[in-house]
Amino acid sequence: MIVSNMEEIPGKRVVQHLGVVQGSTVQAKNVFRDIGASLKNLVGGELKSYTDLMNEARQEALDRMKQEAEALGANAILNVRFATSTITQGAAELLAYGTAVVVEESTIG
Amino acid sequence: MDEMSLEFVLNFGVPAVLIVVAYFTGSLIEQRHFRRIIKKENELRDILAFAIRRVPKDFALLEPKLVCGSAVISVDYFKKFAAGLRGIIGGRIGTYESLFERARREAIVRMKDEARRHGGNIVLNVKLETARIYAGGGRATVSVEAMAYGTAYSKSDGGA
Repeated sequence: MIVSNMEEIPGKRVVQHLGVVQGSTVQAKNVFRDIGASLKNLVGGELKSYTDLMNEARQEALDRMKQEAEALGANAILNVRFATSTITQGAAELLAYGTAVVVEESTIG
Repeated sequence: MDEMSLEFVLNFGVPAVLIVVAYFTGSLIEQRHFRRIIKKENELRDILAFAIRRVPKDFALLEPKLVCGSAVISVDYFKKFAAGLRGIIGGRIGTYESLFERARREAIVRMKDEARRHGGNIVLNVKLETARIYAGGGRATVSVEAMAYGTAYSKSDGGA
């Protein structure tokens, strides 16, 4: 599965469009991580645990999107975008979406 | 009299001490962070990042790979206090500007890092996104998440 946020893949051409696929996950914060975070809010600095949390959630969203594309029989997802929205305090939704396509090797250029 | 002075210390003394402590820790952490970012940026100088959408024709590119990097950076107590003051008279909030800069540059560095791990040396169609994260329940704490993502390619030498 090729995942790209560009509209084309060099050396390949799109033979079939299968529509928009998406994957999302709603992630809540952890109380214990929050204790460290509120301390960091005093002295400043990177909230490593939050960075990890967001990365995990984003990976999960990507995986779900790939699953959906696989179910449609696609072999690539193009024009992938990410979106984040805060639902309530302490919970965020991470969304990944893109266009599922079937690509094949192109003989011209 | 004694009770009043205790109250005064609790209401103004403790926050004042926190602001002073946060000023020193915050600027120390920020300086160290900027030094680390600059060092990493120099190390990753050979990985090019562009915000273009089309693949340049004269580049022989291998299989694309989506790469992203992100960083969540928190404010400190002093920055928050200074921003609160700024909120009264208006204008640029310099303390928050550096916060966003740190988060964004760190995100780009991590994106390039991931591209290098996958053997890529060029990242195209780079997008930057910023999200705000609430940490505290009642008293809202401020932290920003910056994310950078793009498509990594490996540029083969024979193609140019």
